[in-house]
Amino acid sequence: MATVGQACLILALATCAYGIGASLYGASAGRRDWVESGRRSVYALAVLATAAFAILIAAFLRSDFHFTVVATHSSTTTPTFYRAAAAWSSQEGSLLLWVWLLSLWSSLVLFLVRRRLRDVAPYATAVLLGFGAFFTALLVFSVTPFHTVASAPAEGTGLNPLLRHPSMMIHPPMLYSGYTLWAIPFAFAIGALVVRRVDADWIRATRRFALAAWFFLGVGILLGARWSYAELGWGGYWAWDPVENASLLPWLTGTAFLHSVMVQEKRGMLKVWNVSLILATGTLAILGTFLVRSGILDSIHAFGASTLGVPFVSLIGVMIAGSVALIVTRRASLRTEHRLDSLLSREAVFLGNNLVLVGLAFVVFWGTFFPLISEAVTGEKAAVGPPWFDRYTVPLALVLVLLSGIGPVIAWRRATLANARRNFKWPIVAAAVTLVALIAFGVTQNVAAMTMFAVAAFVVTVVGQELVRGVSARRAMANEGPARALVSLVSRNRRRYGGYTVHVGMAVLFVGVAASTAFQHARDVRLSPGQTAAIGGYDVTYTNATARADYRGDRLERVNLGAVLDVKRKGRHVTTLRTERGYYPSTAAFASGSIVQGIFEGEATSEVGMKAGLTHDLWTAIRPDPEYLNKVIDALAAKTKGRSVDQQFTAVGNLLGVYRQGAFPAQFRLISSPLVTWIWLGGIVVFCGGLIALWPAPDAARRRATAGYAGRVARELGRA
Amino acid sequence: MDPSRKRRIRLVVALTAALLLAGALAYTSFSASSAAVGPSRLLASADAGRTYQLTGKVVDGSISHRGDATLFRVRDRNGRASVPVSYVGTVPDPFRDGREVIVTVRKKGGVFVGERDSLITKCPSKFTDKPASNT
Amino acid sequence: MDVLAPLIVIVLLAVVVWLVSGPLRAGASATEDPDVGRREDLEAAKEAKYREIRDAELDLRTGKLSEGDWRVIDRDLRAEAMELLRRLDELG
Repeated sequence: MATVGQACLILALATCAYGIGASLYGASAGRRDWVESGRRSVYALAVLATAAFAILIAAFLRSDFHFTVVATHSSTTTPTFYRAAAAWSSQEGSLLLWVWLLSLWSSLVLFLVRRRLRDVAPYATAVLLGFGAFFTALLVFSVTPFHTVASAPAEGTGLNPLLRHPSMMIHPPMLYSGYTLWAIPFAFAIGALVVRRVDADWIRATRRFALAAWFFLGVGILLGARWSYAELGWGGYWAWDPVENASLLPWLTGTAFLHSVMVQEKRGMLKVWNVSLILATGTLAILGTFLVRSGILDSIHAFGASTLGVPFVSLIGVMIAGSVALIVTRRASLRTEHRLDSLLSREAVFLGNNLVLVGLAFVVFWGTFFPLISEAVTGEKAAVGPPWFDRYTVPLALVLVLLSGIGPVIAWRRATLANARRNFKWPIVAAAVTLVALIAFGVTQNVAAMTMFAVAAFVVTVVGQELVRGVSARRAMANEGPARALVSLVSRNRRRYGGYTVHVGMAVLFVGVAASTAFQHARDVRLSPGQTAAIGGYDVTYTNATARADYRGDRLERVNLGAVLDVKRKGRHVTTLRTERGYYPSTAAFASGSIVQGIFEGEATSEVGMKAGLTHDLWTAIRPDPEYLNKVIDALAAKTKGRSVDQQFTAVGNLLGVYRQGAFPAQFRLISSPLVTWIWLGGIVVFCGGLIALWPAPDAARRRATAGYAGRVARELGRA
Repeated sequence: MDPSRKRRIRLVVALTAALLLAGALAYTSFSASSAAVGPSRLLASADAGRTYQLTGKVVDGSISHRGDATLFRVRDRNGRASVPVSYVGTVPDPFRDGREVIVTVRKKGGVFVGERDSLITKCPSKFTDKPASNT
Repeated sequence: MDVLAPLIVIVLLAVVVWLVSGPLRAGASATEDPDVGRREDLEAAKEAKYREIRDAELDLRTGKLSEGDWRVIDRDLRAEAMELLRRLDELG
C-alpha cells in the first residue's frame, strides 16, 4: 500500500500543477470550462490526499513497521488512540495532515462559492493549489511518509510518553485546521487584489472560514496551555516559548482582521488594513508551521535542523514579496470610501483595536526572533525572557480588553456626550466599585492585576447591558417572554451576540491570567514522609510514599513512584493530593536481560496532583530521587540478570516495596494559584461565542436553496 | 483646522508614537537579553555577574542532587568542553543524561549558578530527518 | 498485493482525470448562463444589506443610535437595497 500512497502524492502534485495552470489560463482567457476544471482539481486533490492520509493512518493503526515512519514513531505497546495520533507527531505525517486539511477546506469553500465571485475565484484556486503543490512537493521529494524497508523491525520506537495525553493529540490537528483555514481568506484576498475587486464581497464569502480558522487556532493554543499546566512538571501554562509564540502571532493578526473587516463592510474604510492583516495572517501561519520544524530558534519544541528550512523560507519570502507588491500596485482600488470623522467613534476604536493587536504581534515577533536579530546586529545571539514579554504585553492586553468593552456600544462616526452617558455610566460604575472592593479587601499589591479586574468588570457590564436592552427591544417588537426574547435575539443576531460572548469570555480569561500570575504562591521543597510545608495559607504534609508498576501483558510499561499529600488549612483537612512520577524503562534494559536495571534509564513523566477549584488551584508535582534506590537496584539486578520474566518482575516488586517503606525524601513543587480555572472557563465561553457567531442562519440557507432551483429552471428552459 | 490637516497631524502623531515605542522595545530587548552561548564560549570568556543563556547537552552521569539544588554538567553539542551548573527550581520532565538543555546562568566562582526556573529541556527530536532513538 | 497496487493507482488516475476533465469534455455548450454568477453575487450583497438594515434598527432600539441618525442611515441603506433589487430584476 505504500506505493499506492506514494503514487497518490505524486498524482496530487501533478493535479495541483495542472489546476494552477487551468485556473490561470481560464481566468485570463475568459474560459469558464478551464476554470471549472481548475476547481475540480481541488476536489481531486482532496480525494488523493484523503487516500494518502488514510493509508498512512491505517499503517499506524496496524503497526506496520515496514513503514519507516511508523517504526520510528509508534510501537505495538502504544494504545490504539495514540497510534493514530502518532502519525502527525512525525514530520512527514504532520505535513500530510496539513495538505489533507487544506484540500478539505479548499474544496468546501470553492463548492460553496462556485457560482459567485467568478473573477476572483480562479486566482484563489490557483493560490490554494499553490500551497497544495508546495506541501505535496515536500512530501514527494524531501520527506516521504511512505518510505518502506524490506524487513520490518520487530518493535517500534514508540511515542514519547510526554505526548500520551488527549490534549496533545488533538492540539496539532486543531492548530493545523486553524493554519489551513486561514489560507482560504488569504487566497481570496490575493484573488481580489489581482482582479482589483476589493469591495466586501470576498470578505463576505470567506468570513465563516476566517472565523473557523480563528476558532480552531484558538482552541489549539488553549489546549497547549492546558496540557502544559496539567501535565508538565512546572505548573505554568505559558512560557513565551518560540513555538507557543509562533502559533499566537497569526491568531493576533487574525483577530484584528475579523474585527477590522466589519468597518469595511459598514463604511468602506480600512481596506488597506484588511488586506494587509489577512496577508500577514496567512504568512504568519506558514511561518508558524515552519518554526516548529526548523531548529533556527532555541526552544523547548524546536528540533534539530531539518532540510526543509530553505523551501519554507523561500515560500515565506514569496508570500511577503507578493503581498507587498499586490497591495502597492492596487492601492488606488483600496482607497477609503469615508474618512475618520472623530477619534471618539466606533471606527476609531476598531482602528485602535488593530493597532493594539498588531502592536502585540510586533512585540511577540520581536521577542521571539530576537536571537536572530541580535546576531545580525551584534554578531552574538541573545535571548529575552518572559519578564521582557510581560512588560509589554500586559499593558497592551489591558488596553485590548478595555477596547472590547467600549467598541460594542460607542456610536459610529461620532460619539456624543449623551450617547456616552447612556452607554458607559453603569460599566464605569461597575469598574469603580470593583476597584473600591479590591482596595477594601486589601488586594492592592499588583496594579496591573487590579486594573485588569476593573476593566473586566467594565466589559461584563457592557455586555450585560446590551443583553438587557436587546431583550427589551425584542419584547417591544415581538411581545415575547424574556427567555424567548433572549433566545430569538441571539439567534437573529448571531454575529453580534456571539461576538459579545467572546468578549466576556476573554475578560474572564484575562482575569484568570492576571490573578494566577500576580497572586501565586510557588515553592520547591524537599520533604521526607511525615514532614509538612506551608504554601499560601495551606499546610501540606507528605503522608506516605506510593510505588506501583503498570504491566501490559508481559511487558513492564511503567513504574510510578509517588506520594500522598494531606492538605490542611488552619488545622482542618481540605483535600488529599496524589502525585506520581512515571518512569518508562528503556528498551535497552529489556534487551540486556535486566529489567530492574533499566527502570530509571528511560523517559519520565509527571502525574500532577491537582485540586482545581473556582477560586483556587492547589498544584503539586513530585520529583523522587531514584538515586536512593541505586544500591538496591544493583543488588537485585545482579541476582536476576538473565533470569525468567517472572523473576524479573518479582525483583521489580521488591524494589517498589523498598521505596514504599524507605521513607526517602523527595522534591516537591507546590503551587497555590487563584482563579486558574477562570482561564479554562473563559476559554470555553470564548469558544461558545465563536460557535454562536459561526452558526449559519437558517433563513439564509433556505433562501439559497430556492435561488438554486430558480436558476436550474431557467437553465433548463434555456437548453430546451 | 480643516479636516485633511487634522488627519495629517493625527498620522504624524501616530507614526511618531509608534516609532518611539518600537525604539523603546528594541532598546530594552538589547539590554534585557542574555547572550546565548555554548560551554566552550563560557569557559573561554565569561564575565562574573553577567547572565548567559547556556545551551548544550547534559553530560552523561553528571546529574546529582545536593539539598534543593540539582548539579549537572553541560557540554558542547558537538564537543567535549563542559561547564558545571548548580540549579535550583523546576526541573522539566525530559531532563536526563544527553538531553539538550537551555538554562540561564550566572558565573559565580568556578560554578555557574542557574537562574531559578530557567531550565528548559528540549523534547527529544521529533521533526528531524534522522530516525529518533528511545534514549 | 503486487498486482493490486498498480491497479488501484490506475483507478485513481482514471478518477482524477475524469473528474478534472469533466468541464472540458462538456465543452462550451455546458457553460452556465453567466448571469447566474452575477445573480449569486447580487443575492449575497442583498442579504448583507438586509442584515445591515436590521442591525441599524437594533442599534436604534438598544440606544446606540439616535432617532435622527438612524433615519438617515436607514434611508440610505434602503436606497442601496432597492438598487440591488433593481439590478437583480434586470438580470431577469
